[in-house]
Amino acid sequence: MDQSAEGREGTPFEMTIEAGKVREFARATKSTNPEYRQDDSVIPPTFLAAAAFWQTETSSPSRGIPINLERMLHGGQEFIFHGEPPRVGDHLTGHMRIGKIWEKQGRRGGMMQFHEIITEFKNAEGTLVAESRTTAIETSQAPEKAGA
Amino acid sequence: MKADDITQGHVLPIFTDKPLSVTDFVRYQGASGDMNPIHHDTLFAQAAGFPAPFAVGMLQAGVLGTYLTDFFGAAHIRRLKVQWSEQAWPGDVLEYSGVVTEIRREASETLADVTCSVTRQNGGVHLTGWATFVLERAA
Repeated sequence: MDQSAEGREGTPFEMTIEAGKVREFARATKSTNPEYRQDDSVIPPTFLAAAAFWQTETSSPSRGIPINLERMLHGGQEFIFHGEPPRVGDHLTGHMRIGKIWEKQGRRGGMMQFHEIITEFKNAEGTLVAESRTTAIETSQAPEKAGA
Repeated sequence: MKADDITQGHVLPIFTDKPLSVTDFVRYQGASGDMNPIHHDTLFAQAAGFPAPFAVGMLQAGVLGTYLTDFFGAAHIRRLKVQWSEQAWPGDVLEYSGVVTEIRREASETLADVTCSVTRQNGGVHLTGWATFVLERAA
C-alpha cells in the first residue's frame, strides 16, 4: 500500500445493535456481567470489531489494493466513545477510511509498513458517537515476534 | 466505581485467566466475524511459518475490556487502546493488571486514565492497554 492511498474512503454501511449479538460477544470475551444481558445493554468495549458483519463489498477503503494476508499483523487497536457507548436498538452508520501510512525498520532487518484504518460511527441523528482506529502492519518477512 | 473510592495510583485486582484454548479463539472469531484461519487451522498456520495456531489478539483486547468494565461499569468506558507485542499461544495463562495513572476533570465529569497489561506466564508482555473511564459522582 503506498502513501497515495491515504484518505481513501469506503462507502458508508448501516449497523443495528442487537441484544443477541451483544450477549454472544460478551460471552466470547469471557464476560458474565449482567449489564450486557439487558434489553438496552451498552456494547462491550471492543464490540465494534464485529461491525465486519454489517460491512458490504464496498465498505472497505482498501478494496482493490493487493495485501499479503500471511504478512499482515494487527499492531494496535483503539475504540473511542463520545459519551456512553451505543446501546441495543441503536442504529449506526459506519464509514471507513485509510489514515496515515508509514514505514519503519524492523528489529531484525526487514521493513515494516504500517497503515491506519479509521471507522467513524454516527447515530440516527448524525452525531459522531464512536470511532475505531486499527493499526495494521505488513512485514517483509515472517512476522514471528512482531505482533499478534 | 465512585470518584471517592479511586485515586491516582490505585491498583486494580489482578485477574488470572484460565489457560487459553483454540476453542476460545474459535468462539471469539465466530462472534467477531474475523475468521482468519491462522488462529484455528494448524495446517494453515504451519504453512505460514508458525509452529501452531496462535491467539487472536482481539480476544485478549476483549477480555481486557471485560476486566475493566467489571471494575468501572459497562456504561462508563470512554476509550480503550491496545498495542500487541509478544504473541500468545494455546495453553498460555495470562494475567490482566491495571493501575490508575491519572484522575482528571473534563467538562462536568471526573475521568480515570488506566494503564493495563496482559502478561504471559513467562513474564513476557502480550499486550499493553490504555483506557479512560468516567467515575460516578460521590454520593
